[in-house]
This record gives sequence, structure tokens and C-alpha cells, in this order.
Amino acid sequence: MILSVRDLRVSFRTNDGMVRAIDGVSFDLEESEILGVVGESGSGKTVSLLAVMGLITDPNATIEGSIRYKGRELVGLPARELRRLRGNEIAMIFQDPMTALTPVYTIGWQIAEQIRAHRKISKSKAMDRVEELLAEVNFPNPHEAMSRYPHQLSGGMRQRAVIAMALSCNPALLVADEPTTALDVTVQAGILDLVRKLRATHKSAVVFITHDMGVVSELADRVMVMYAGRVVERGSRTELFSDPRHPYTRALLGSIPPLTGEKPRRLPAIPGSPPSLLRLPPGCAFGPRCPVHYEPCKAGKPDLGSGAHAAACFRVAQA
Amino acid sequence: MIYAILRRFGQMLFVMFGISVIVFLIFFATPGADPAARIAGRNASPEVLEAVRHSFGFDRPLYVQYVKMMEKIFVTGDLTSFVNRGWKVVPAVMDSIPVTLSLVFGAAILWVVVSIIIGIVAAATRGSWLDKLLMALGLLGISMPVYWLGEVMNLITQSRYHDSWAFSWVPPLGYKNFSDDPRGWLLTLVIPWITLSILYIGIYGRVLRAAIIESLQEDYIRTARAKGLSETRILLRHALRTSLIAFVTLFGLDFGALVGGSALLTEVVFGLHGIGKLTYDALQNLDLPMIMATVMYASMFVVIANAVVDFVYILLDPRLRTS
Repeated sequence: MILSVRDLRVSFRTNDGMVRAIDGVSFDLEESEILGVVGESGSGKTVSLLAVMGLITDPNATIEGSIRYKGRELVGLPARELRRLRGNEIAMIFQDPMTALTPVYTIGWQIAEQIRAHRKISKSKAMDRVEELLAEVNFPNPHEAMSRYPHQLSGGMRQRAVIAMALSCNPALLVADEPTTALDVTVQAGILDLVRKLRATHKSAVVFITHDMGVVSELADRVMVMYAGRVVERGSRTELFSDPRHPYTRALLGSIPPLTGEKPRRLPAIPGSPPSLLRLPPGCAFGPRCPVHYEPCKAGKPDLGSGAHAAACFRVAQA
Repeated sequence: MIYAILRRFGQMLFVMFGISVIVFLIFFATPGADPAARIAGRNASPEVLEAVRHSFGFDRPLYVQYVKMMEKIFVTGDLTSFVNRGWKVVPAVMDSIPVTLSLVFGAAILWVVVSIIIGIVAAATRGSWLDKLLMALGLLGISMPVYWLGEVMNLITQSRYHDSWAFSWVPPLGYKNFSDDPRGWLLTLVIPWITLSILYIGIYGRVLRAAIIESLQEDYIRTARAKGLSETRILLRHALRTSLIAFVTLFGLDFGALVGGSALLTEVVFGLHGIGKLTYDALQNLDLPMIMATVMYASMFVVIANAVVDFVYILLDPRLRTS
């Protein structure tokens, strides 16, 4: 077990009161497993993983619960200790490669900086390693790319550089926060191939955050669907796609155009918009948008339960 | 590179030409601006006025006067003052340049170093009492006029506490040549440097703090944190480095203006006969050749300072290198 998150809660103090961005999220991650985390914007997928990375720097935030990395508790770990893990054993790829790199340094410099932050090696050795890494993420001319500045590379190339950076210390856990969202479709496919290949070569476990069900169906071993700061359904990829249980998951899958069969006149959309975390509806947060909601949904929040494939829905529990 | 330098040089010539024409026209071609009347003094008879006009060449066409003046500044270098006849203008400017440069360079080093330290410390401790204290001091520095501050400095170091151990080293006001007396040069300039830099330390410290805090919100800072870098390294190598661009822009403008004569108040208060003082005196007497020469010199420095700033930009920001 690489990562074990139990009952994670993240709240922010705002002018309008406490906002609970993450409300009791639990999940496990095995070695070299890819976990897809799906949800709309604001569902808490990024915040929960930033909490794992210890990257929530907002002084108004409080993090409760337990995050165990290889058995070691990360919540409340001193900043120094956490820093030693970050970039070294746990690495992260961000959504927008355009802004994720410091504009005034070369790609090579920035990757070498990370290596030298965690390994005691000489500058030239670090640069050799950078060249290897860039070759590994399919830079056509890695030696030349090292001396390039971020603005001289295309979005896809930048994202490859960011991935090379994340891999530089052979992390056991890689967190990818919508790494393909800002890229065009052809580049996306290349990046997904890369992530798959790297899982095989580096044996890293990957948490892949996305709102794109298509990406999940291609890549993930297991899937976790989030809504309004809670996990609403989890299961293996096949379970989730062949037998979606939560109405929200079904609605998400329903909004993908089918490749075979009759073409629908209009794609179904989920009515309404995600609730504000400040004014969550009573009971199930998805209730107001749910096609099958009934009395118990208003009374209390449904539990996810413990099974490998589980959904937090009273209808499912009833069935 | 060579092309860029040549282009800068051409730009400088163009700016200097434009400024010289404008200044010349203001003093000769605007209604009521009759230099002969000013030079001859009040109640001068028409005959005297005519004689002055002729002897200074004011009865010739404007463009002839302009060309003559330019020739005397740049070619022969023997332009003389209208007010003190026989006083050569170009050597006078040359003598004041080291005074102003010494004053402004020293103050600039002081304000850059101190304001970078203040900006970093305030940004690193943002929201704390230290940050608030530094920013309040900065505001105080900005709001103290330099002539008042200079007089207070003089009052303390030259008279009231001059005999105490703290200020007995302060020499009397005035400038000493670096080549004659390096120690005296340094000592006479310490107090003027501090006085002139306080305003800029306040401004630059606040600007840099704001720029650093802004860049700390950037995505690449989050990447730097995710890399596991220390907070110090993130602050200095990533946030500060990208914040320096705004700082350098401001510096270029202020530095050019100060070298060009804006340090006048400081020069007057401390009895330093620099470019500012020279221009001021020339304006008082409507000493056109002197005004012309000092303005030419100032425009040259403004353009040079801007060129240096552009060069530093290119060093700081690789995005500007390709174009």
C-alpha cells in the first residue's frame, strides 16, 4: 500500500463562514496502480490531492483526518520532513504547462534544480540525468531542449518537460492534476501514452485527476467519482463503466456521445449547477439535481459503505 | 548586438536633437521670450538692447543661431555664457558631471541594496509586525521631502551634534574630488547619499514587496513547492527573480532623471555643485548656452540609462531575447 487516506477533511475559513471543501474522503492506492479521480470543477478533486502533497499553504485552511504514505502519517508532519518527500517520493504534474514553469530559467536548469534538491550529485551529473529524462519523455533532441526556456516550447513539450521533472527522482507516487486539459487532443493522447509507459518503467502509482470520462476509461485501473467534496462512487474501471450505480456517475457517463447505435438528438446534460460549498443542500448534495431523489435523500447524507465497488446513494442501498 | 547598440546610439542622437530644438524654441521663439532684454537687465535703453542683441547674435535668423550654438557645443566646445561672458560652458558642465554622478551612483547603490533587502524581508514575513513596521517606515521615507530631510541632516551632523562622537567625522559641506582626496570624497558624500536614497528606499521596498507577493501566487511557485525546494530558495530564486523586472523598469526611469539633474534639491542642500545646481542657476539668469548644454547632457543620460535598463531586461527575462 503506497497511500492510504482516511476520512480527510479540509476546511477553509472565509468571510462567509467555514467552507468544508473536502468532507470525509477515504481511498487507498496500491503500488503502480492508476487511480482516476473524476468530478466537476469545485468537487474537491484538486484540493484533496494538494492536501496529500502538503501544498495547501493558505493559513485559513485546516486539514483533518489521516494521510498515510507507506505507513507514515503526513498530516501534521513538519514542513522540513514533508519537503523531503515532495518532489522526491511524491511528485506532481499540474494542469497548465504554460504557467507551471518559471519563465526565466531553462528547462534543464529547472529539472536539475529538483534533482539537486534531493540528491547529492554534481551539476554535470545532474545535467546528464536531465538529458536522459528528456529522452525518456520523447523529446526529439533532448540535449538541445535542456537549454530551452519554457516560452520556446509548445504546450505539449512543456508538459513533457514538467513530467520529466516530476519523474526526476523516481517518485513512488505521481499526482497528475488534469495534465491533459490544457492541451489539444492529439497531444493529449501522447501524454496519456507517456503516463502509461512510465507506470510500467518507473513502477510509480499514479493519481490522475480529470473531468474527462474518456481519459479515465483509457487509463485508470480504479476510479473515484467526487461531488461537492465527497466521494460518491468508487470501483474498478470496468465496474464503474459497465455498472454505474450513483445517479451522478450515470449522468456523467450519459453525457458522452455514443460511438455506436442511434445518435441521440441532443446529449443529455445534468440539470442545474454544482452547489456552492457555503450553502450545501440538506441531505445528499446531489439531491436537487438528481432524477431519482426521494424523501430519505433530504433527511441525511448517504454513506459510501465499504465495498470495492460502492456508491453513496440511498437508492443503491435500498436496492 | 552591434546592430542594437548602433540603433540605441541613433535613438540617442534623435532624442538629443529633438530636445535641443524644443529647448531652443522655448527660449527664442515663444512670445515675450527675448533673451536680449533679460541679459541687458531692467530699464536698459533701446540702444543698449540693440547692442546686446547684435553682440550675442540675436538679430540673425533662428536657424543660424541654432546651428551656431550646436556647433559651439559639440564641435569647437567654446560656447560661452551669456551672463558671465568668457565663462566657457562645456568645461563647466564637465566639472559638474563627476559631482552629480558620484552623488547619484552612490545613492543608487544604497537604495537598490537596502530596498531589495526590505522588499524580501517584508514579503517573506508578510502580515507580521515586522512587515507592517518596514512598510510604515517606507511610507515615512516617501513622505519626507528631500530638502527638509537634508536640512535636518545638516542641522544634526553639522551643528547640533557635530561635536558628539557620532558625527565628528562629518566634513563641512561641499564636494571633494575623488582623485585628490578619496577619503574626503567618501565622507562628504555619506550624508547626501543617505538623504537622497531614503525616498527611493521607501518606494522601491514597497514596490518590490508587492511584486514578490504577486509572483508568489503564480503557478510556477506551486511547482517549485511541489519540487520540494526550501522556502528560502523559492523566495530568492523563483519569486524575487521574476519580480525584479518591475523593479528595473522603475530604476531606469528614476536613475536617468536623477543623473540628468533631478538631484537638484539634494545638491543645493549639501552645497554640491552638480548638474542640477548648474541648470537651476542658468535658468535663474536665462543663461541660454548653459541651459542648452545641461539639457543636452541630461537627455544623453536619460537615453543611456534607458538603454542600460533594456540590456538588463534581456539578462533578466529570456522571453525578450528572441525578438
